Amino acid sequence: MEKILRQISAIGIRTEPAPAPDEALRERSALGEDILRLLGRALAIRHVDAGSCNGCELEIHATNNPYYNLEGLGIRFVASPRHADLLLVTGPVSRNMEEALRRTYDAVPEPKLVVATGDCACTGGLFGESYASLGRISNVIPVDVAVPGCPPTPARIMQAILTAVSARRRTPASPPPDSRGTPS
Amino acid sequence: MPLFVPGLSLSPLPGAIPAWRADVDATGWRSAAQALADRGGRLGALWASDERDRGGRFAAHALLVGSEGLLYLRLAMEGTDYPDLSDLFPSASRMQRAARDLVGVNAGSDARGWLRHGAWTPGTFPLRRDVAADAAFAVGDPRYDFVPVEGEGVHEIAVGPVHAGIIEPGHFRFSVVGERVLRLEERLGYKHKGIEKRLESLPVLEAGRLASRVSGDSTVAYAWAYAMALEGAAALAVPKRALWLRALFLERERLANHLGDLGYLGNDGGLAFGLAQFSRLKEDLLRANARLFGHRYMMDCIVPGGVAVDLGEDDAPALLDEAARLEKELGILRAIYYDHAGLQDRCINCGRLPPAIASGLGVVGLAARASGIAIDARVHPGYAPYDELEPRVCAHRNGDVASRIVVRFEEALESLRLQRRISRELPRTATRIEPRVPEEGAFGVGWVEGWRGEVFVALEAGPSGAVRRCHPHDPSWQNWPALEHAVIGNIVPDFPLINKSFNLSYSGADL
Repeated sequence: MEKILRQISAIGIRTEPAPAPDEALRERSALGEDILRLLGRALAIRHVDAGSCNGCELEIHATNNPYYNLEGLGIRFVASPRHADLLLVTGPVSRNMEEALRRTYDAVPEPKLVVATGDCACTGGLFGESYASLGRISNVIPVDVAVPGCPPTPARIMQAILTAVSARRRTPASPPPDSRGTPS
Repeated sequence: MPLFVPGLSLSPLPGAIPAWRADVDATGWRSAAQALADRGGRLGALWASDERDRGGRFAAHALLVGSEGLLYLRLAMEGTDYPDLSDLFPSASRMQRAARDLVGVNAGSDARGWLRHGAWTPGTFPLRRDVAADAAFAVGDPRYDFVPVEGEGVHEIAVGPVHAGIIEPGHFRFSVVGERVLRLEERLGYKHKGIEKRLESLPVLEAGRLASRVSGDSTVAYAWAYAMALEGAAALAVPKRALWLRALFLERERLANHLGDLGYLGNDGGLAFGLAQFSRLKEDLLRANARLFGHRYMMDCIVPGGVAVDLGEDDAPALLDEAARLEKELGILRAIYYDHAGLQDRCINCGRLPPAIASGLGVVGLAARASGIAIDARVHPGYAPYDELEPRVCAHRNGDVASRIVVRFEEALESLRLQRRISRELPRTATRIEPRVPEEGAFGVGWVEGWRGEVFVALEAGPSGAVRRCHPHDPSWQNWPALEHAVIGNIVPDFPLINKSFNLSYSGADL
């Protein structure tokens, strides 16, 4: 125990400031600003790997290392889609994962958000579309924010998550494309 | 001249590793495999190809590892059946099932689909050459017949494909009594995204980018194995500095993954402190990679003919400082892990894979070394520059989670020693030669000891710079069945810890 405490005290706190949201990553604004303000940053994320090479998973893991400390912002990964506000989806969607991805999406309660993570999630990437791959995530479920990169860095992934839950500062040029996610 | 099998006609394959090719008939396929198995050889990889467009039928291919090196067997089939090897090498079973799903060739008694699921129907074979690269198929029946376990008090727990964590997808079917696992059956293939078909539509000089994304956590190992296969097929001699830099990348990949795993193993064993510490060390290493090589995971740093990035004159001192710092921190954390009663209680004798079972299953890589099987392709057969670097094989006998932790600590420290040597003695040559396209029909094979185990890439060139057939092979093919054995008799709550101690790739084996 003494060694552990000595190490903790020697290393200190390494957490860096969180990156700011980046509007350029936003694909659509399905949630009203009032909802987003209510959500704040107390966000529960369910990760779904829909067919990645597992490179993006390495960087998603890294968002919880002491430097990025995503959980320190009140954002945490949860074990069930039923507990989640946001799906963080990686990979091109393999046909063998299509149903699991749809079911996971359906299991997330409204209002819900989807962040497509990595080049493959954004465009299909090197794997593209084929007999076994459906390509980008938005070919299967609606995507709110898409962050490119092979893989995107932890800071970029955090930016994408924070963008998804941040209200737009400026008024959108057109109304949100649909009203999914507004409370009944 | 090596004598793998009396009477077998062998021709040497050019390239960085000792390898020979034998064209066999069905009898030769069996007898060669039997001879290798009798001498303690193992199955490296098995795949199939469609040869109807050039006057044949179908072909089965196998890489067998013997004491002299690699034996590449190629069987030209009469029809669509070929002899089963799963009685000699149990890991052949899933590879044969994958070959049936993709090419429509049959071996073995397990008729269930492996990669197919419902994405296409039985009777459709996407890797046949008359199937277009962009073909889409009718959806099939995704149901799967798990082996039922019956008895008083036995019940099933179904987990996945979407797991409760940041993990790749796969399905685990546990049959349990109370909390004890009677049997685990894995169903994988969820991530199958048609990599082999896509490789065939890429130019041979560019396909390495896709091959290095078969399993992202092993991108360096795959990039090197692909380059090695291509350079063998095209008879290219890579400059020495490039080979040393490749080894530096590979050792940094090994270190990064071992650091990450040591953190998660501490965490899964109830020591969250370990995750915080090791994930910090891993992040430091990844940031140094980004600074030195322009990418945190060194993706695309290895290219055909050499490497795409070089180390500057000033970088060696930084690498030596990093190694000294990491060695010190690893020493502190190792003492904490080895002294921690709670962690030891969780890890010792948990998830045991006894040496006899590991050897019977043909387990490879880190998991093999933790079960007393001292195999490491860097050492045996060894390939440049490891013949000069002389890595030490780190092995342990108990085959439990604790052993797999010990092997990781020792390999991480050994990897630092190798990195130090590379930093000090990096040869001053060019870092790349202009690659050339292999002749049509030329065959090459790459064999690289990645952090998880041995990665193979087999490559046959097509006409005018195309890929005719490329099979990337992950060590997870061999080691997934071992996980099913390692959990028997353990309690269900220990599964995450046992699974993490193997840390196998889903993407790598789903292709």
